Amino acid sequence: MVATAAKAAPKRAAKSSAGASRAAADKSPAAKSAPAKSASTKSSGALSFDKDQELHAHREMLLIRRFEEKAGQLYGMGLIGGFCHLYIGQEAVVVGMQMALKQGDQVITGYRDHGHMLACEMDPKGVMAELTGRRGGYSKGKGGSMHMFSVEKQFYGGHGIVGAQVSLGTGLAFANKYRKNDSVTLAYFGDGASNQGQVYESFNMAKLWSLPVVYVIENNKYGMGTSVERASSNTNLSQRGASFEIPGEQVDGMDVRAVKAAGDRAVKHARSGKGPYILEMVTYRYRGHSMSDPAKYRSKEEVQKMRETHDPIEMVRKRLIEAGFASEDDLKAVDKEVREIVNAAAEFATNDPEPDPSELWTDILR
Amino acid sequence: MPIEVLMPALSPTMEAGKLAKWLKKEGDSVTSGDVIAEIETDKATMEVEAVDEGKIGKLLIEEGTDDVKVNTPIALILGDGEDESALKNGAAAPAKAKEAEAEEPTKAEEEAKAEPKKDASAKVESAAANPPQPKTQPEPDVPEGTEMVTMTVREALRDAMAEEMRKDDRVFVMGEEVAEYQGAYKITQGMLTEFGPDRVIDTPITEHGFAGVGVGAALAGLKPVVEFMTFNFAMQAIDQIINSAAKTLYMSGGQMGCSIVFRGPNGAAARVAAQHSQDYTAWYSNVPGLTVIAPYTAADAKGLLKAAIRDENTVIFLENEILYGQSFPVPKLDDYIVPIGKAKIARPGKDVTIVSWSIGMTYALKAAEKLAEEGIEAEVIDLRTIRPMDTDTIVESVKKTGRIVTVEEGWAQSGVGAEIAARMMEHAFDWLDAPVVRVTGKDVPMPYAANLEKLALPSVDEVVQAAKSVCYR
Repeated sequence: MVATAAKAAPKRAAKSSAGASRAAADKSPAAKSAPAKSASTKSSGALSFDKDQELHAHREMLLIRRFEEKAGQLYGMGLIGGFCHLYIGQEAVVVGMQMALKQGDQVITGYRDHGHMLACEMDPKGVMAELTGRRGGYSKGKGGSMHMFSVEKQFYGGHGIVGAQVSLGTGLAFANKYRKNDSVTLAYFGDGASNQGQVYESFNMAKLWSLPVVYVIENNKYGMGTSVERASSNTNLSQRGASFEIPGEQVDGMDVRAVKAAGDRAVKHARSGKGPYILEMVTYRYRGHSMSDPAKYRSKEEVQKMRETHDPIEMVRKRLIEAGFASEDDLKAVDKEVREIVNAAAEFATNDPEPDPSELWTDILR
Repeated sequence: MPIEVLMPALSPTMEAGKLAKWLKKEGDSVTSGDVIAEIETDKATMEVEAVDEGKIGKLLIEEGTDDVKVNTPIALILGDGEDESALKNGAAAPAKAKEAEAEEPTKAEEEAKAEPKKDASAKVESAAANPPQPKTQPEPDVPEGTEMVTMTVREALRDAMAEEMRKDDRVFVMGEEVAEYQGAYKITQGMLTEFGPDRVIDTPITEHGFAGVGVGAALAGLKPVVEFMTFNFAMQAIDQIINSAAKTLYMSGGQMGCSIVFRGPNGAAARVAAQHSQDYTAWYSNVPGLTVIAPYTAADAKGLLKAAIRDENTVIFLENEILYGQSFPVPKLDDYIVPIGKAKIARPGKDVTIVSWSIGMTYALKAAEKLAEEGIEAEVIDLRTIRPMDTDTIVESVKKTGRIVTVEEGWAQSGVGAEIAARMMEHAFDWLDAPVVRVTGKDVPMPYAANLEKLALPSVDEVVQAAKSVCYR
């Protein structure tokens, strides 16, 4: 709980100061990308974050990074079982998108979901304890890495079937419209899921009914071991909604400012009743598809180059120092605080008991 | 010879209709394609077009006549060079047609005799306008003296949805053709007018997608009723039903449930072949997290659908197209609810237990009548809810009869009958005087040909034979 309180404060600050830059971002020419084959598309000219935003983004991304590193470690120790899909490298996407949301907006994603939950301010202890299958986990240890939910934080999972969350997220948006509230749903999915049939069934209905949903395609370039080029006839995934007249843009998903700016545009579009919007976040996962994937389908150099030149956290770090927003010592302090949160989560997740055997038979029906 | 215009069948299950209106009168000329009459079925009003050219010589059926059987001559058209005098000869034609009709059952009877276990006329019987009625009242707790209203299963389903939608604005219905078309099988007739397009929602033909949208809306706290035009099409959507709807409550540690009803016709209709005739009862009944309901009577259809909509869980509500147009007494109560998970003794007896549900009840009840003629008193149990299964009611009956037969249109392997048989071994072994016998659909994809389709489905005779066999008679 300490963790949640600690990071809530900068977040609110970030949100309140976001208003001014949003207007500017809206006018800027969105990278309604030409059929770009290149991965790093510039998406907006207005990429300035103020100090609070930079600090907030840095801390949030760092928390996800450290959390995932710890999860990888616990997996190696045999404390986490089954599938475990790490988000390392993609942190800017959820952090930037979350900065574009307001209270009541919903988030749903697939199985690479730890980062999304942390960005939604879910308690790292509850997430980690779910990974280790303990009773204090978000799903009492019955869901695991891929299946966590928080009604309170408007996080709707955590879904293990590739593409299913796209229809479900469209349904969440349907509920918003049905209730005539002004909430928006973010439905995240990957480049792999972008070839699933139900994605297009959902696109069609979302546009037909003008549902307030933003489809965020996290294109990390590999659907498990298959590169986008080997799986998709057209690799510009932002245009996957073209035949439904859903606007889309490619975004540099390694730059949290670009993500936030695009998120603002997309969320505004959806909230204003214009219907769905697609953001293709061009990003990169440093680790394999899951813990058991040695990722031999790509070169070490490819990964190394991405880490050195495009790491989302390193880029913010540099900017913070250069702008004089923070000193090395300040950032060390943040790292220390984040490590403490993650260590506390790991400690809890290691020592929390497994669910009571009687839990086997609960929560099947209400 | 004048040309006979016959009462057309406008759907695979239509057997009779109302001749609502003549649009031509005697003496009018018609060419092929001219609309000559309007016919009302229980589902819709349809136009009848002339196929031949000529002059209307005689209208044989008066406008407004109800229950005109399919293939009854309704008009005579005079061809080239014919005048009214031809009608005298032609008048004999309807009579001939009747003779021909009369011959058919005889043929069927002969076939039945030749192969006594395969009652070829069972399906036709089951689709008759008067379904066999349970001998017991709809529900024991219906107050004495409650007025009973006769209504079709179709009307009962619509009333159930409409009542729940009036009560709870979280409830809405979505599916293909549910709104403007008034329902592919007219279950949602009139609902668009009452509730408007925000709550009665036509979807594109996109089962996988709209099932997911429905589940998402349910996760967000709405209570969708998702209509599948048939459950055959729900195979496209079964991932969302099972992986997203049925499992989320468990996977979330009880935090997030999915209150949703998936409903529509299940199983064989008539002559629609293998891809449109599958019974999915056993499939869904295999899954923890799902509630599976398959009513037979209109009263149960109404009371159980209302209960299903109120339920906090994912409910699979399996209807049957052949039952839609059949009428049963329904208690006239403001809020008639039938509890989920409770079977009903549809006919009390002491010699053998017959368990069925949905359309299987037509075979079971008719078989019970035939058995009674031979001095065997069958106790017929209408399971109504398949999951959770009311094992206690079956066991109590078997304790009395010592014998049990299950009846279902679905396949035998891993079927519901197989499940009941296993439960009887677990819970009633000491009371069984004979092995459990299952009457099921045959282990083949549903054939199209009328005779083969009849053979593929269970029959009343098969149920009778099975009941006798467990009675060692």
